[in-house]
Amino acid sequence: MTRQMTGAKMVVQALKDQGVDTVFGYPGGAVLPIYDEIFQQNDIRHILVRHEQGAVHAAEGYARSTGKVGVALVTSGPGATNAVTGLTDALLDSIPIVVLTGQVPTFMIGSDAFQEADTVGITRPCTKHNWLAKDTDTLAETLHQAFHVAQSGRPGPVLVDIPKDVQFANGTYTAPEKSDTTIYQPETKGDITAINELVEAMEKAERPVFYTGGGVINSGPKASALLRELVEATGIPITSTLMGLGAYPASGENWLGMLGMHGLYEANMAMHDCDLMINIGARFDDRITGLISAFSPNSIKAHIDIDPSSINKVIKADIPIVGDVESVLTDILKVWKARGRTVNRDAIANWQSQISDWRKVECLKYVQEGKIIKPQYALSRLEALTKEHDRYITTEVGQHQMWAAQYLGFEDPNRWMTSGGLGTMGYGFPASIGAQVAHPDSLVINVAGEASWLMNMQEMGTAIQFRLPVKQFILNNERLGMVRQWQELLHGERYSHSWSEALPDFVKLAEAFGAKGIICSDPDDLDDAIMEMITYDGPVIFDCLVEKHENCFPMIPSGKPHNEMLLGEASTQGVIQAGGAVMV
Amino acid sequence: MAALKIKKGSTSHSAYNLRPNFSDEVETHTLAVLVDNEPGVLARVIGLFAGRGYNIESLTVAEVDHTGHLSRITVVTTGTPQVIEQIKAQLGRIVPVHAVHDLTVEGASVERELALFKVSGTGDKRVEALRLADIFRANAVDSTLESFVFELTGTPGKIDAFADLMRPLGLVEVARTGVAALSRGSE
Repeated sequence: MTRQMTGAKMVVQALKDQGVDTVFGYPGGAVLPIYDEIFQQNDIRHILVRHEQGAVHAAEGYARSTGKVGVALVTSGPGATNAVTGLTDALLDSIPIVVLTGQVPTFMIGSDAFQEADTVGITRPCTKHNWLAKDTDTLAETLHQAFHVAQSGRPGPVLVDIPKDVQFANGTYTAPEKSDTTIYQPETKGDITAINELVEAMEKAERPVFYTGGGVINSGPKASALLRELVEATGIPITSTLMGLGAYPASGENWLGMLGMHGLYEANMAMHDCDLMINIGARFDDRITGLISAFSPNSIKAHIDIDPSSINKVIKADIPIVGDVESVLTDILKVWKARGRTVNRDAIANWQSQISDWRKVECLKYVQEGKIIKPQYALSRLEALTKEHDRYITTEVGQHQMWAAQYLGFEDPNRWMTSGGLGTMGYGFPASIGAQVAHPDSLVINVAGEASWLMNMQEMGTAIQFRLPVKQFILNNERLGMVRQWQELLHGERYSHSWSEALPDFVKLAEAFGAKGIICSDPDDLDDAIMEMITYDGPVIFDCLVEKHENCFPMIPSGKPHNEMLLGEASTQGVIQAGGAVMV
Repeated sequence: MAALKIKKGSTSHSAYNLRPNFSDEVETHTLAVLVDNEPGVLARVIGLFAGRGYNIESLTVAEVDHTGHLSRITVVTTGTPQVIEQIKAQLGRIVPVHAVHDLTVEGASVERELALFKVSGTGDKRVEALRLADIFRANAVDSTLESFVFELTGTPGKIDAFADLMRPLGLVEVARTGVAALSRGSE
């Protein structure tokens, strides 16, 4: 049966057929027909954000916390350009989102019409794929293809640009199952020869380590379960990138903590000294590798990734396996079990005792004394008081983000939303809104710095309007802390524009929006204040005044290898040399 | 119009040359990229090269299968082996790209380029130009009393050689199509 309907109605129908229950958006002239259709139905909930960047980050938070595709709907021109940061963020972190943009009518494209922008041109490099839907008859199929591309293979953002006349015109609706998705069918099954080779290497390895990333989370909860099974069965220690936290539980006995520039000492030392590195769904980002030429010099490197372009991009893989993590881990376990579940137990026991020695360094040690709250203490208390809750954490970008990754423990996947690749200040607040919309009864906390938080503070309006009880836990040091830290270490303590002048009174700001504001500056009051935040039924801005000059350690300076980390107590002046200073 | 200054013996007319400091040996590869002939597909391919700092030595594109809406993009690129592998992998993940063939490593291939040369001159130079054109099997496709336009098909090297010979004889302008290439054999 062919169904005739307008393009605008097709958009809503396609979203329903794709199982979408929530759209984050902001109306405007070029999407009015779609908004008219949204008005006339109740199946899809529309969350009105206060800025299009917020819509895209909220869709990311929704996607990351559910494993589903996030959807944002914005208008042409400025609506589309405001979405660009979110699209790029989702591209670098492989988050599946579909962004629908309005466009001026087809007959006006190219005429510099009001609110016209070359949206597909602007977003071509920051989407996995994008489409300009020029014909109502093919619109529905394009939308179904968009969902397919967003969530297949390595997930990512896609965009469909829909001119206003296409929204008004009538056409034939194509159902999802009738749509051609053969255009994009990435390989998900890993090469069995390479898998056998990896299993053999695992059996022999004396100092093996798992290095896991966001790909495990993206592959789905089954992938995390398989990873846990493999780690427990083999006793091989495991570290993870920022994006992969929660795939293996922080309470697990083989857990080394996060690795990388601000990763844990034991994790980075294990990476440097290992003889077999098994990369599962991570991409050897420069925050992870440090100095490439000195990166884990004596290890065989296996790399499991669904994206062939990740293999050999930065680090040469000795055992490359292109495939979906879930499928590859299933095969690894099958082969390993069939071959007799062998590992080099004695050597691994030695390796673990070496790791225990590294743990004794206690790289995350800090001293909380006096009347000023240390940011590490604030996060330790937040962890202690919230870890039993059904909890989702988002962050902004900077020192607080790294401290959150170090001091909060994640027991499950999809509980941790942060901007890893792009490092987008302003991500966390709208992402917390997206996560809260998806999980209305859960505790959603955005760990923020005051500077990042101000970048998308307009979303307070969204939180209030939709009664989203998101908790904004702001570590307020009145500084752009990470910038300040680099200026201290690299630029002769010349703190160029890295302090937050003219900050608002966050309590009054919360109240102005109709939310609750809490300020806390005394370590002795912190627990009570955090409890007040958790128990309050509504959005809270928590202004936690912390030590202003605290630096984030451990730290691998740019241009240094893993085994030359700076620890908190070390003298840090002058340790980063000119070669490292040019890196970011 | 003044004669074009094409560097002697060079086949390189690179649009982008952003990675001069690669230590490994730089190789030249000819890639054939089969794509859906849809709006923006060429922009996706060349945007990838520009955005990631890869070189384009030559680029040829046209629809090759009208019913299947398939176009063939032939791109000659340079880079270290690692970069060449990256280029192929990055091309392969563009959604409307069907296949990427590296003709340089996938067996022998035929590479041809078409070029037009405008040569202006009289007397001996004019005679010599015509004689050399004959040797190169170039066709005169336009002539006036003071000029020729020659059409020449061949490898980029042959076209470079012809350009070098024409330069002292009054070469005014060159138009080149870029390389089209196919693998040899029945497959």
